[in-house]
Amino acid sequence: MPPFIKRLVGALVIVLVLVALNAAMSNEGFYGMGLPYYYSHLLRLAGINVILAVSLNLITGFTGQFSIGHAGFMAVGAYASAFLTVYYTQGLEQKLTAMLGATAGQAVIFIIVLLAAAAAAALAGLVVGIPSLRLRGDYLAIVTLGFAEIIRILLVNVQRVGGPTGFSGAIAPWEGRATIPQYANFFWIGLFAVITIVVVYNIVRSDTGRALISIREDELAAQAMGINTTRYKVVAFVISSAFAGVAGGLWAHYNAFLSTQDFQFIRSFEVIIMIVLGGMGSITGSILGAVVITALPELLRTYPYEIVLALALIPLAALLLRLIRRERLPEVIRSGWPHAIFVLAFYVVLFTISRFILINTLDLDLRLRAANVKIEEYRLVIYAALLIAMMLTRPQGLLGQREIGFSWLKRAQRRPEGDAAVGGAGGVPIAERDAPTADPYKETENR
Amino acid sequence: MDYFVQQLINGLNIGAIYALIALGYTMVYGILRLINFAHGDVYMVGAFVGLGLAKLLGYTTSIPGYNADTVGHSLWGGLVLVLVGSMIGAAIIGMAIERFAYRPVRKYSRMTTLITAIGVSLLIEYLFVAWYGSAQRSFPALVKNDAIHLFGDVRISMPQLIIFGISILLMILLQWIIYKTKIGTAMRAVSFNLNSAKLMGINTDVVISFTFALGSAMAAAGGVLTAQYNPSIDPLMGIITGLKAFVAAVLGGIGNIPGAVLGGLVIGVAETMVVAYGSDIGLASSYRDAVAFTILILVLLLRPSGLLGSTVQEKV
Amino acid sequence: MRRTLFALGLVAVMFLGLSCERRGGGTGGGGEPIKVGVYLDLSGQTSSFGQSTKNGIEMARDEINKAGGIDGRPVELIIEDEQGEPGKVTTVVTKLLRQDQVHAILGEVASTNSLAAAPKAQEAKIPMITPSSTNPKVTQIGDYIFRVCFIDPFQGEVMAKFAANTLKAKRAAILADFNSDYSKGLTQFFKQSFTKLGGTIVDEKTYTQSDRDFSSQLTAIRSTNPDVIYIPGYYGQVGVIAKQARQQGINVPLLGGDGWDAPQLWDLGGEAMTNSYISNHYSIDDPKPEIQKFVADYRARYGVAPDALAALGYDAMRVLGDALKRAGGTDSTKLRDAIAQTKNFPGVTGTITMNAERNVDKPAAVLELKPQERKFGYKETIYPDGMTPPTTAGASPAASPAGATASPAAATQ
Repeated sequence: MPPFIKRLVGALVIVLVLVALNAAMSNEGFYGMGLPYYYSHLLRLAGINVILAVSLNLITGFTGQFSIGHAGFMAVGAYASAFLTVYYTQGLEQKLTAMLGATAGQAVIFIIVLLAAAAAAALAGLVVGIPSLRLRGDYLAIVTLGFAEIIRILLVNVQRVGGPTGFSGAIAPWEGRATIPQYANFFWIGLFAVITIVVVYNIVRSDTGRALISIREDELAAQAMGINTTRYKVVAFVISSAFAGVAGGLWAHYNAFLSTQDFQFIRSFEVIIMIVLGGMGSITGSILGAVVITALPELLRTYPYEIVLALALIPLAALLLRLIRRERLPEVIRSGWPHAIFVLAFYVVLFTISRFILINTLDLDLRLRAANVKIEEYRLVIYAALLIAMMLTRPQGLLGQREIGFSWLKRAQRRPEGDAAVGGAGGVPIAERDAPTADPYKETENR
Repeated sequence: MDYFVQQLINGLNIGAIYALIALGYTMVYGILRLINFAHGDVYMVGAFVGLGLAKLLGYTTSIPGYNADTVGHSLWGGLVLVLVGSMIGAAIIGMAIERFAYRPVRKYSRMTTLITAIGVSLLIEYLFVAWYGSAQRSFPALVKNDAIHLFGDVRISMPQLIIFGISILLMILLQWIIYKTKIGTAMRAVSFNLNSAKLMGINTDVVISFTFALGSAMAAAGGVLTAQYNPSIDPLMGIITGLKAFVAAVLGGIGNIPGAVLGGLVIGVAETMVVAYGSDIGLASSYRDAVAFTILILVLLLRPSGLLGSTVQEKV
Repeated sequence: MRRTLFALGLVAVMFLGLSCERRGGGTGGGGEPIKVGVYLDLSGQTSSFGQSTKNGIEMARDEINKAGGIDGRPVELIIEDEQGEPGKVTTVVTKLLRQDQVHAILGEVASTNSLAAAPKAQEAKIPMITPSSTNPKVTQIGDYIFRVCFIDPFQGEVMAKFAANTLKAKRAAILADFNSDYSKGLTQFFKQSFTKLGGTIVDEKTYTQSDRDFSSQLTAIRSTNPDVIYIPGYYGQVGVIAKQARQQGINVPLLGGDGWDAPQLWDLGGEAMTNSYISNHYSIDDPKPEIQKFVADYRARYGVAPDALAALGYDAMRVLGDALKRAGGTDSTKLRDAIAQTKNFPGVTGTITMNAERNVDKPAAVLELKPQERKFGYKETIYPDGMTPPTTAGASPAASPAGATASPAAATQ
């Protein structure tokens, strides 16, 4: 099959799978077999977070520029798209519905407003990116943080999008829809998550991606090789912002209520945690991170003690495994997949035993309950501690730059001629480390 | 005119606090090229340590009314004790942060240290939120809280006078430490070139530690002083103030100590003037927080080295 | 392939290990419990409001259950903390509605959070009563959304009336919390009523909750010579604002709303809070027996005096309990109708009658701040237009079923 047809078939399969999943997730469920609403709600949130994390990974993980204002760009996209749907698209939608039917009409409108969201966020990214990315150093971090704050201040000042009350529909003197329509179902969220992943993946594998990675590894050297570092950084940042805008548009049309309080620094920080945990420079890593960070607070709500125990046992398990030493293990499980399974099994056994002891023998559960310890309140403390622990022990994140899972992604990791390959198309150097196990974050620059 | 002078006093007053915090940012950045995100939180911790000390000394917030009136008149000794105590406490915390969080990752890339810094910042903030709750707490008045009439309609309150006096004193002290003492010379050497300084026999770890201690002490002083003027403190008070102080450091020229002071004062005054005159030109007073960041973007566009900084040199 | 199977098996074992031990829910005796979902900010910026509301709700639940529950079925509360973030509210409310399948929802103080939750409740057709969201929009979301407090327009109007009629003020300045819908709403309606009553607004400034210094706003306000300053904000900033205002020599009365009602105000503001007045939902000095009983019970249980939010939480739960009894079950349509038909329910914060907009018309109490005694003293009661003051105190002494559930420990002070 020619690659063109292959891609087309692939795209079709993805769309079909999404449609099926979406049906299984609708409120009624798939012939009563669907996922409970709460879990499908969490899945949809996870989808939006995947878009945020993968797009942030492009600028932070692959280009090495630290942005901590992703929520700001999300806010731009969310408010821009909701503003359009509430005040301007009603007439057009009626016309399109008459022509194409309701579903297609809504789909066209939704794609238009999402593109508008992307454009607005990209523009904001350009305004923020040009002054701060011209310079070396960490200015982007501060400027993006400041920008996210300014956006909130500006939005709160606009009465037409609800001001501090929040935006759920047309505000009195202006005419428009009474509520933000809930266009975004799992299909749309999943579709855009896939698009984000594919686009970022393709960028990273292209000339541009090589240039971006070379900037991350050594900006001076990249410049010396003739890469216009400012231009590449700005391009990566604008693309990343545009996808954050799309995520915002999806959120606006899923939640149907926008409040500037949802786009505070903490939101940006959550996205950073996702990519740091999963691995900066790993697309599958950031997907994993997004899913875990979406689920974690909800799991903390239901199984607070189990989760804390599980987290606390990670260092203990690592220590014990180190004591056991790899060489003493039987041949079969010494490396690769079997070893990973062994580690997992070891951890599960450790967890089950400790949980049994703590709950059944020491009544820890009841004691914590009696002491009224609210573990949810420590959510952000746990995140921060995870982040520091990760930086101290494994700064490249869980997956580092590896990709797992789908074979097409795995193939992406196989480098053409060993690791020392230099000079992709366009004469762009691949500034990559010489051994896959080496720490990419080590000793690039001391000061 | 009276109105302008009054607003100028208000602005310089906030600016002095920004300047005190900006000093810590600028010193650490000068030496490690690290934005110490946790610095704003050290300022917060300083205020909380001060609150603890004030309570130990018998200043209480549970008695209604101004404490200085009921507990003791102008107990300057109390102020000095609380101030020095919280500065020492914050210095220890600053050194601990450097030793246990930043030093182990110093050998990694900038990105790793920056993420660590953000992690430390959040850890401090939300540990305090978990322990003390995020609600504001009252800070006792350590000196009598009256105002001095200057001229016309212009008045300056005692806490404002104290902020001016003590911050000027501290800045002179800092200048003396940096230019007249041995450790100050070492600090300048390290900020000039860390590796060469190491080759010259300077114990760079000690110097870095000392820099963190010095910066943290300044921030803590800012925390206690600001709590004298705005007697409410909370675990998240350091976020916005810290950011603005960082902008002040960039505005003055990051790594430049007089620049940090100048930047702080400029931002304080600019902010105040937006509130004072903004409504005349259609700017709501809520744009106050946007001022600092607008200034930051303008500085980065027009003069990235800052007002007093020399041009940034890239070392290979 | 075998490896994959092995891995899958392991994961399955892990899930089994996690799920084998389920904690027994403490349902206790009686029939199947009636589940009431509560979502509040218990650890975020406005957590002190959330905690008070939770206390009030829990006290009402215990009273209902002690009196035999609803037709023998105990009321079970499922309380979730959403940290005051509207985005989290949606998730939490989805969990309550879909996962826990609650029969009714109580929640949120901040109107923004109630506005985020209300569409979900409306969509699921589960009645929601907000104890203290005063923004008019909340109950406009749909016919399953109710409230037991008065609304912002009325509260702004009360203070305007008080300023113009009682304090005889002509010039008012406003210092509002920029990021809060509550503050904006009060500002808007205060302005409207005050100008209608012949006064002028001489200056309007804003601050944000992250502000620590208010001197520049206050200097600007001082230069306009107002008779009163209206500060419809929350206690955290108000205390400091008052202190700095008095330092600047501004001695005119400061006026506020129920956002001031928190014990921390006395620590933050101290003596500077004298000559200040607020509008509130009720006064703990009110001699009505049901109020005095509530205050005494609450003190005995929690060791502090109940603030207005605790009282509103208590009322919301009792209104719900009363409606559950009348609905004779947990059928959501019947329950909604029962709540809508609530009439002359003797609440602690006034007599509660649901009007057609699912709001209640209640008078507001104007309270004078007394920092020396750390309390809000009763000043006067202001009734909404068209509502006549009752002839005697205690509008409807006829004890309701829920009101009659006197706990044995009801000690009078």
